[in-house]
Amino acid sequence: MNAIQDIRDRVPALAQTVYGKPLVYLDNAATAQKPVEVIELLNRMNSATNANVHRAMYRLSDEATNLYEGARERVREFINAPARENVIFTSGATASINLVASSFCAKYLKEGDSVIVTEDSHHSNIVPWQLACEKAGASLKVLPIDENGVWSAQDIIPLLDERVKIVAATHISNVLGIINPVKELIEIAHRYGVPVLVDGAQGIVHTRVDVQELDCDFYAFSAHKIYGETGSGILYGKEHWLEEMPPYMGGGDMVGTVTFAKTTYAPLPLKFEAGTPNFIGSAALKPALDFAWEISQGECGKAVKESESKIIAYMKGALAEIDGAVLYGESQNRIPLFSFNVEGCHPGDIAQILDKMGIAVRTGMLCAEPLMAHFGVTSMVRASFAPYNTLQEAEYFISGLKRAVAMLR
Amino acid sequence: MTIQEIENQIIEEFSIFTDWLDKYEYIIELGKNVPVIEEGAKKEENLIKGCQSRVWLDCWQDDGKLFFAADSDAIITKGIISLLIRVYNGQRPKDILESDLSFIDAIGLQENLSPTRANGLVSMIKQIKMYALAFENK
Repeated sequence: MNAIQDIRDRVPALAQTVYGKPLVYLDNAATAQKPVEVIELLNRMNSATNANVHRAMYRLSDEATNLYEGARERVREFINAPARENVIFTSGATASINLVASSFCAKYLKEGDSVIVTEDSHHSNIVPWQLACEKAGASLKVLPIDENGVWSAQDIIPLLDERVKIVAATHISNVLGIINPVKELIEIAHRYGVPVLVDGAQGIVHTRVDVQELDCDFYAFSAHKIYGETGSGILYGKEHWLEEMPPYMGGGDMVGTVTFAKTTYAPLPLKFEAGTPNFIGSAALKPALDFAWEISQGECGKAVKESESKIIAYMKGALAEIDGAVLYGESQNRIPLFSFNVEGCHPGDIAQILDKMGIAVRTGMLCAEPLMAHFGVTSMVRASFAPYNTLQEAEYFISGLKRAVAMLR
Repeated sequence: MTIQEIENQIIEEFSIFTDWLDKYEYIIELGKNVPVIEEGAKKEENLIKGCQSRVWLDCWQDDGKLFFAADSDAIITKGIISLLIRVYNGQRPKDILESDLSFIDAIGLQENLSPTRANGLVSMIKQIKMYALAFENK
């Protein structure tokens, strides 16, 4: 418990009150709150190191470049990528997936081919592939989930044939919180010679990701969900794919030489980083990942694991006791993320009442309309916990929810 | 009564609540007790799509004045809608177009009008004014 309080003390946003009540922030799957080290780096760079990277020969630009490239090295180490060339800075997981959907598919996806996505995908792992398929005259196939919200890696076998050019799989669903068997899926797809992109927007936060052990071809995530800055994200890619794929966008920083007759491109990773990057936001990934690493290690890591299992057990039990409550997604392999509905209560109404109690939750389609359709609803309430959330907050949330339900019925 | 007079009345009614949850409790009661639209009028062309809640709005004119009926699947939205209807029913299109609905701010519900909430209420007010504009130009 003290370990959790120590983590909380490092995250200033958590100490505030809203409507005179202590903030209980349970929308971490959308955006996590930042530790003081991240905020300080952002402030320091904005005030003292705001100079464009990779360009100029003066002190400030060198410092900014070092911080930017230092963060790239930290990411490489964090996900155990072989080299810095594998680590592309983007504006977020959505941009990372769009990059692959656009560039990879431009080269490899042809008329009559297909792409497979998992049914539990976020819109960001559906729409980019639909756009690519439309452009190529290809089709989108879906690896379905069962009534518990779980997909089986084996079920992809009947979908795989020589026309499948890539599989895009969700590591952890942002709606169901289930940790999917991506490693097994990758093994199977590779047996058929099909590369796999993993949407790791939630996965990077809650599991230890080793891209070489996973053997994924691409891994995409956002910085702001792992205590970093918004507008920054990562695309990990195997080098041979990144070498073979055409550039995504053209412009500054991604060029070798430019003439009106022909342009050559910069070597990886800059080939995919056209224009001035979000160098301050991306540099902040270093302290963000340092923080994520620290709180997952040693005694602190043990305390977080223990606290999360308690929260999961408590939340599942407490929601089951509320008359008419339905929790979506059932698996032993889950993160402390709970999407649910309560019969007779509109999710928007529940969220508005919780808001006035200082509790921040997400409602709506959660950027996953096909999943909503699967469960036959148009909206859900989602409470998503981070390591800095306590069991007491879970209890306060449940008592708030009970009060809201009593008011609404 | 004029729009402003009805708004003042509502502001006075809400002035007795000091706690947020009491305020919502009252709005929820309004939402529960006022059958604002007939099931038959809940048809597709009367549906205003918000991100989180659906709102139906029906409008007709009688003797130069506009009348509204509406509903929502979210009860807080429905409660606020019943207040809107109380304010706008029987008013002339010109007066509706000129109104600024200051009572929503005054009773502390302005965040319900924030586009980030996307709860259908903003679209509904827009739709009311569109009706008013259409009838005014007739």
